[in-house]
Amino acid sequence: MTLLNHKSCDIDAAIAEIPDGATIMVGGFGSPGTPFALLDALLASGQRNLTLIKNDANEPGIGIGKLIEAGRVKRLITSHLGLNRTAIDAMNAGEMEVIFHPQGLLAEKIRCAGVGHGGFLTDIGIGTEIAEGRQEISMEGCTWAIEPALQADVALIHAERADRYGNLIYRATASNFNPLMAMAAERVIAQTYRIDEPGDLPIDTIHTPCAFVSHVVQVARASSQQGVRPHAL
Amino acid sequence: MLSDQQRMLTRAAREVIDGQIVNLGIGLPTRLFHYLPDDMNVLVHSENGVLGCRPRQASEAPDIDMIDSGGAYITTRSGASVFDSATSFAMIRRSRVDVTFMGAFEVDQEGNLANWKIPGKFSPGIGGAMELAQKVARLVVLCSHNDKHGNPKILTRCQLPLTASRCISRIITEKAVMDVTPEGLEVVEIAEGLSVEALREATDAPLLIDESRLGRF
Repeated sequence: MTLLNHKSCDIDAAIAEIPDGATIMVGGFGSPGTPFALLDALLASGQRNLTLIKNDANEPGIGIGKLIEAGRVKRLITSHLGLNRTAIDAMNAGEMEVIFHPQGLLAEKIRCAGVGHGGFLTDIGIGTEIAEGRQEISMEGCTWAIEPALQADVALIHAERADRYGNLIYRATASNFNPLMAMAAERVIAQTYRIDEPGDLPIDTIHTPCAFVSHVVQVARASSQQGVRPHAL
Repeated sequence: MLSDQQRMLTRAAREVIDGQIVNLGIGLPTRLFHYLPDDMNVLVHSENGVLGCRPRQASEAPDIDMIDSGGAYITTRSGASVFDSATSFAMIRRSRVDVTFMGAFEVDQEGNLANWKIPGKFSPGIGGAMELAQKVARLVVLCSHNDKHGNPKILTRCQLPLTASRCISRIITEKAVMDVTPEGLEVVEIAEGLSVEALREATDAPLLIDESRLGRF
């Protein structure tokens, strides 16, 4: 893990460490919490054959939508593509493999990796199409399906505020998958609008403790404007 | 004169009890927001991590970090909270959401629900629907009685892949309010001006109807 005093770094330096073929978690539910500036840097940096893990595929032309359209995503692990027609087309054309999980199970698989467990037992989806291929066990008269934990090489996180050691604070519905993913990857890169000095953030408002975070990079607030949905305003 | 959807929404709003936690599915159910009285102690849950959603008024500036699970910019009411996705689904799986309203492609007499996939045509992923349908204390389906070609959506047995089995409590369409019972679908209310024969004609599933107790809406 990166030493505390070396976490604050340049966005391009942080992204350049990601290899081709990496498995990358991306925070966000729709636009809020999507690390748009990190994704733009990843697009510019050129890595290929990526496996992305994100709740959704953003929308055409923004966020991971850009990486999908550029043919850089080999596989997407997600819960729903409803707002991204081009991602659905890429899936249907066989250009990108898509693995779907029910949203809460996706969150829990990530949370499980983040707390250092190998998986969990659930009754969600037993008897439905999504249960195909899952291992089931019987315990105290109940049937449970085994859901393995889901981890990644890298997590790209969006936080409202951070400090130089990598303590993170999320805002409103921009939290979503971010605090879970920030614990579940080998290398955790967080973008934030403002990096404070250690001690400046009230300690009981920190959502993700710095121990989980590898890099913090400061980005302009304007970088998130690409996520504004004019048709929803 | 109310439209069919306005009548359904007006009727559906009567399902909500003061003090409940409610989830509104994407589409028609989301519009229920506007049919719940302001002075009700009701917190609307959204899967993306908020309890206590309130529709944004046109006069309020949008907050780009504040959406519901359908992607609409919202605000929050007093008593609201925000949280991560794992907590949001813990609330769902632990049945702390009292009532959920959802749309449907098909429902059937056993209370099975299909609303996420039409093989070969529509498969954008299941999102949060499966966990909501399987675990909510009370699931009310709000859907048109027939599809756009006039085919029945209230079936003897669902044909499409299920979202969850035996999960529905009540179905509200523009034609009827139906409860799922161990004996089958029981019609509790029928639309003003609609005959029992016309309702049966528009429905694939057998319907239990006691005309002496039948309400109108």
